[in-house]
Amino acid sequence: MSKKVTSQNKVPGNLLMALQEAQTRLGCLSPEFMVELADSLDVPVNDVYEIATFYSFLSVKPLGRNVIRICKSLPCYLKNGQTIIDAMAKEIGIKPGETTTDGRFSFELTNCIGLCDRAPAMLINNDAHVDLTPRKISQILKKYK
Amino acid sequence: MPQTKIVLRNCGVIDAKRISTFLERDGFKALEKARREMTPEEVINEVKVSELRGRGGAGFPCGVKWEGARNSPGDSKYVICNADEGEVGTFKDRYILENDPFTLVEGLAIAGCAIGASQGYIYLRAEYHYLLDLLKDAIKQAKESGFLDGFDIDVHEGAGAYVCGEESALMESIEGKRGESRYRPPFPTVAGLWQKPTTINNVETLMNIPQIVLNGGGWYSQMGTERSKGTKVFSVSGDVTRPGVYELVLGSPLRELVEELASARDVKLMQIGGATGRILPYAMIDTPLAFEHILGAGAVTVFDESRDVIDIVHRTMEFLAEESCGKCTPCRQGTEAMVEIMERFCCGEGAKRDIKALEDLAETMMLSSLCGLGQAAPFAVVDTLKYFRGDYERRIRGN
Repeated sequence: MSKKVTSQNKVPGNLLMALQEAQTRLGCLSPEFMVELADSLDVPVNDVYEIATFYSFLSVKPLGRNVIRICKSLPCYLKNGQTIIDAMAKEIGIKPGETTTDGRFSFELTNCIGLCDRAPAMLINNDAHVDLTPRKISQILKKYK
Repeated sequence: MPQTKIVLRNCGVIDAKRISTFLERDGFKALEKARREMTPEEVINEVKVSELRGRGGAGFPCGVKWEGARNSPGDSKYVICNADEGEVGTFKDRYILENDPFTLVEGLAIAGCAIGASQGYIYLRAEYHYLLDLLKDAIKQAKESGFLDGFDIDVHEGAGAYVCGEESALMESIEGKRGESRYRPPFPTVAGLWQKPTTINNVETLMNIPQIVLNGGGWYSQMGTERSKGTKVFSVSGDVTRPGVYELVLGSPLRELVEELASARDVKLMQIGGATGRILPYAMIDTPLAFEHILGAGAVTVFDESRDVIDIVHRTMEFLAEESCGKCTPCRQGTEAMVEIMERFCCGEGAKRDIKALEDLAETMMLSSLCGLGQAAPFAVVDTLKYFRGDYERRIRGN
């Protein structure tokens, strides 16, 4: 198996950057895409898959148009983060790890996102939402179609 | 003692979008001085005299690191700023980037000048994507104003992995691979990014550099304790009335930060340094914040009397088990085993032998893990077994 490109690749246009770009553009790294990328770079598909599954912001599963990531780490937990998780589940009708049937939302829990001074907090796509209360959830979601 | 602002001196004072407001505060004067009036060796010497130690948690002497990279043979060298703060409860670098990206750019350019690198990287965690434009714009403004001639800075975005805050995993990630830690030696100053001599510094470390160059290392080393000079920026969260970012001279007592500045009441314990940090009971609140006592990257999460110690440790271990990169066995398997045991204690079904198992696992992980994540992963268990052993013993149901 050829490893010539990945092990000592000095070109900055590397595999991870290619996957990040594709994640943004396509919303998910499909098996077809990964095979194609591996072929074009002349590396084993393994090399692509092992990176695609390592990072939490890359997904080999199809995701909704908007990805909700609620922080579950201790600083948010101490500020009643669980009530936000519960309120979100109720509002969009799915559990963490799932995607709504209309494809509007994927719901994930995440580790610390560095917004602990404004806990509880979450990211929707790349937007930070802080000082959350269960009552704020439905208003916030209106922006995301 | 009130706060002393060196790292945060421009935060809330300048407009992070306009370089002119930064220039009014002596912005880029240190870089000009380093370039025009000093040799690279003199710059490194001032940093050594300052005794500045790495602010990302490990506390390695910054000047020694720079000297190592400077003296390593090679035409291309790199300087990297680690802006991948993922430690639980840490948000100081976010605050710094939001309020004063220019000083960071200046500090990184001085580092480049000192070690002889013409390329710098800032590795920004994916969770801070909303800061990317601000940061890139600060670099662009610095470039257009002629401050970055002969030195390029690229911002690399992470893709969501706590372990990439560890320097060797971070370099793997910039190279486009899985963020797995490397075996050392060789150290990054000899063979780092793409096997070239490389320095990696935390955001806060680099924020100190311009003031050290302008005022001299001797000025800086007057502050602090014997082995911890200067100031430190702390991120305080949890059961406090005023969570936020505070900058104190090193050696200040924990009490000043937790009770006086953040206004905590009825404190039961504090976790200092996040998931891989140490846990102190309230009785030790007068401990000085310094490398020789307790520090980490300066995350202080406060827990009040209503909190359950076992629950805190269980959640900490769950985090570490998820974020272990999986390359070495002690960390990958040890964190998982600790989660399983802590789950039993959580439901009141611990056994006497579980305590022994935790102690054995902790020792093995600390001794034999490949990187700082696994070596420090057992701290929450070790410290609570020391200070809150009764909380474990009350959940024991058998042998």
